Amino acid sequence: MTGYTGKSIRIDLSEGVWDIFETPPELCEKYIGGRGFGVALIREHITKPFDSEDMPIIFASGPLVGTSAPTSGRLSVVSRSPLTSTVFDCSVGGRFATELKRAGFDMLIISGLSREWVTIDIQDGNISIKDAGGLYGRNVEETAAILGDDGSTAIIGRAGERGVRFASIVFDGHYLAGRGGLGAVMGAKRLKAIKIRGTGEVKVADPGALKKAREEIMRLLRASPAVFGEFGLSEFGTAALVDLIHARRMEPTENFRKSVFPKSGQYSGYSMKTAYHTKKKGCRGCPILCKKVGRAGEVMPEFETVSHFGALNGNSDLQSIVEANRLCNDYGLDTITTASTIACYSEFSGKRLSPEELLRHVVLIGERQGIGDALSEGSRRFAESKGVPELSMTVKGLELPAYDPRGAYGMALSYVTSNRGGCHLRAYPISYEILRKPVAVDRFSFVGKARMVKISEDINTVIDSLTACKFVFFAASLEEYAKAINAVTAREYDVQSLVRAGERTWLLERHLNTLNGFSRKDDDLPERFFRDAGYSDENVTIPPIRRKDFDDTLDRYYRIRGYDEEGRVTEEDERAD
Amino acid sequence: MIPLTGITESGAMTRRGELQKKMKELIDKYADKLVSQGLAKGSEILSLAIDEEIYSNTTSDLHFISLQALKEVFGLMNINSLLFAVPEEPRRSIIRALLRYGLSELPDYRAIIPEDCETRTFFHDIPVIDSPDPQKIAHVLSERKSAVVETGTAIVSYGTISPEQAFISYSSACFSTFVKYFHDHLIYLETCKKNNLKPDRERINGFDRIKAFLYPQQAGLEDSGSLHQLLKGPPEDEAMVYSMMVEAGKRLVTERLVDSFFGNMSSYFDSRIYISETAASLDELEGCIDAVPVDGSSSVGITSSSEFATHRAIYRMTPFRFILHGHPKFSVIMSMHCLKECHLRGQCYKACPEKRYVCGVPVVPGEVGTGPTGMVRTVPEAFKESDAAIVYGHGIFTAAEEDFNRPFQRMKEIEENCEKEYFRIVGELMQEVSTC
Repeated sequence: MTGYTGKSIRIDLSEGVWDIFETPPELCEKYIGGRGFGVALIREHITKPFDSEDMPIIFASGPLVGTSAPTSGRLSVVSRSPLTSTVFDCSVGGRFATELKRAGFDMLIISGLSREWVTIDIQDGNISIKDAGGLYGRNVEETAAILGDDGSTAIIGRAGERGVRFASIVFDGHYLAGRGGLGAVMGAKRLKAIKIRGTGEVKVADPGALKKAREEIMRLLRASPAVFGEFGLSEFGTAALVDLIHARRMEPTENFRKSVFPKSGQYSGYSMKTAYHTKKKGCRGCPILCKKVGRAGEVMPEFETVSHFGALNGNSDLQSIVEANRLCNDYGLDTITTASTIACYSEFSGKRLSPEELLRHVVLIGERQGIGDALSEGSRRFAESKGVPELSMTVKGLELPAYDPRGAYGMALSYVTSNRGGCHLRAYPISYEILRKPVAVDRFSFVGKARMVKISEDINTVIDSLTACKFVFFAASLEEYAKAINAVTAREYDVQSLVRAGERTWLLERHLNTLNGFSRKDDDLPERFFRDAGYSDENVTIPPIRRKDFDDTLDRYYRIRGYDEEGRVTEEDERAD
Repeated sequence: MIPLTGITESGAMTRRGELQKKMKELIDKYADKLVSQGLAKGSEILSLAIDEEIYSNTTSDLHFISLQALKEVFGLMNINSLLFAVPEEPRRSIIRALLRYGLSELPDYRAIIPEDCETRTFFHDIPVIDSPDPQKIAHVLSERKSAVVETGTAIVSYGTISPEQAFISYSSACFSTFVKYFHDHLIYLETCKKNNLKPDRERINGFDRIKAFLYPQQAGLEDSGSLHQLLKGPPEDEAMVYSMMVEAGKRLVTERLVDSFFGNMSSYFDSRIYISETAASLDELEGCIDAVPVDGSSSVGITSSSEFATHRAIYRMTPFRFILHGHPKFSVIMSMHCLKECHLRGQCYKACPEKRYVCGVPVVPGEVGTGPTGMVRTVPEAFKESDAAIVYGHGIFTAAEEDFNRPFQRMKEIEENCEKEYFRIVGELMQEVSTC
């Protein structure tokens, strides 16, 4: 079968052994790859604690990885989150997935708990588990320098070693499996790093058809203002959104107490480009190159990071934001949760932190020192421990990203329906509520949003399973990607069969969360959004969300999804397709 | 399984009623747009949308398809809206003619393959199914955004986010089949002439009937005369800029100079380019205009039209301060009319090396957006010598210094000239081939 190598690796760190097994063909057919693979394979272990011997962490590529299909060199990392306790996947860029495929493998599944700190080294078919030696205790930059830049690396910093619940895994220096604390899962296994190199080729069934599909996708990308426009992601990176979200008055400010920050222009995409003379960089096989790197090699923060270390903490100092981003990447910390937890602490303590204090708190969290030890549990656990749970701006324990839900009701709904907690990337309603793609919809209305969010979730789930980048879908659609996957695999997918694969994975995720006790009680926004208004002026009014409308829409969503009234999915329901 | 009818009774009835009302308003809005643009008769439109339950613009079936059959499609596809309508004349006859003379020749795939820019970029082709069977509709719409149904000569399309998508796909299918039919006919007559062949009488009669639909009141073409003036410039303030754009946008739509209500327009005022947002319906521009600093100091223009770079380049290279862009059909058709033997045939839309004019207006190649063959590299150059340019297979840009009056008049005038020129060429060819 082309598009897949047909082989995957399973490593048991408890025993220090590994084996190679056939990638199940029915898994490829039903779950496509990436997120779908990971979620399907974690099923039997999901009720175990994240740091148990049996809990795997799964690195899964997709069928388009290693081919010329645009933006398809991504990887999904799947396990159970130390932060949210939900099933959790991260879509990651960089080169790891391509090296994995070229080494001859679709997936890498790691379980067990090593007694000593180790690294995994894969070079084509040669797999070894090595003593981490002097790597333990080092942060990501140092570790990466020691491991070298031939091939691809996945590394945890001191945050992952010390079990910070929102520790990330850093790929190739600055591509992150950022959210949910999967770095702490690696840390629990005493797995410091993975290095992988591959020299094989990925076979494509019909190169001519793939070339044609690629041309269609590229034509659409070039026609997209959000991607290749003068103010698009290719030009300014995701920080291009700073000005727009500010203009829409949905900019989370001071722990979501306000929805506009007057000084955000000081860290906009334009300001970063001007101040740091940024160049374009990006994932393997990506034409968009949304990553921005300064002249001196500084990695520019993404939109969520810049906004949360900026407006959310009342900070307009660009230099400190860039440095906070560097520290998070070096310690291996999720920037969104780090910044949001600090904002929560700031509100609790009644003190806005200076730029210097902000940076010091990032270090304290990474080191689990002083107040950083309590904050390393994430804002929900911290706020609950202080008796002020309402100050944690989370859903299912995952800190909300940089779109105030009062400014986009599809986003509000999708925050709570997300299977991994407060995340903007599951349904990605920003696409149609703010960026007007594929068409614009009324952002202040719940009309039609229940089904809109449901369909978007299914589509984005299969995009993660194809391991394509969501940004490309500001321009192209599954219509073009169906052609690409068919050209690669010689299968006959169409848009609807792909979307069904996404729905299948989604329902399985929800079922796995049901097994872990999640239900309607967990599908809710912080009360602040129903109680307090956002910014208003003569042009726009941001009222609190009407609770009744929100609840009604959530009810509709459940019925459309086929959940029960408590939002649960039984095994029977999940297998119904 | 998606429920096809009825819902669990929960939630306040008043809110449910409110939701039903708003969903109904949404589908009615786009059904009304089809009627106002002459794209379908109200009695021949079935427009459906689904949230939890299904809403439709009517309770009546069409004589060859029932509402219930369309509702079944929602059980087969993960979508939120479906539009099934019979195009109003001459489009219905055009599609019939294309089904007879203009289908792709691939043995296992029946489709109409227009060559205009919008279709090439966004829609690829328009597949054909023989009957409105729910399974067939679901199958074909799983691969394309719209399809032609032979029984009843209808077009079916869908949306995943909003009924607006279904409307756009339907409207674009009408536009691109119109362009293809008239362009194909010209090519057909040229081929007859070249090969000294007598044209098929039935085909010619069909063309005459379609032409008659265009001019029901008159035998030939006449100038439309002067229109009432748009707001006169130059603008005094920002508020006036917005007013001028909103007014001109509505006019472009009422004069049917744009496709699917889309085109774009801008004004350069006080160091900002005011430009319609991407996917903005030109008759509803209120709140959909971006004010973009020309120095690039804000990326708020990320939602602006995909032609922003072209507009900005025109402003940089010329004294013009007002730009309109529309898709008048005969200008598009005539821009594609070229008989020259050329090794770049097939790539004309992006690589035509010739300096061409239609009715005195420069015609340039260029794809949508900013790529290496994007129109940002061709259109502004054309404006160095003209106040208008036609992009091959795409549409017209017009510009002026004071306000939108001159750009609007120019676009109208160019389209009328192109239409006259088209039928003049057809008339000449008919005379020549009639002696074959």
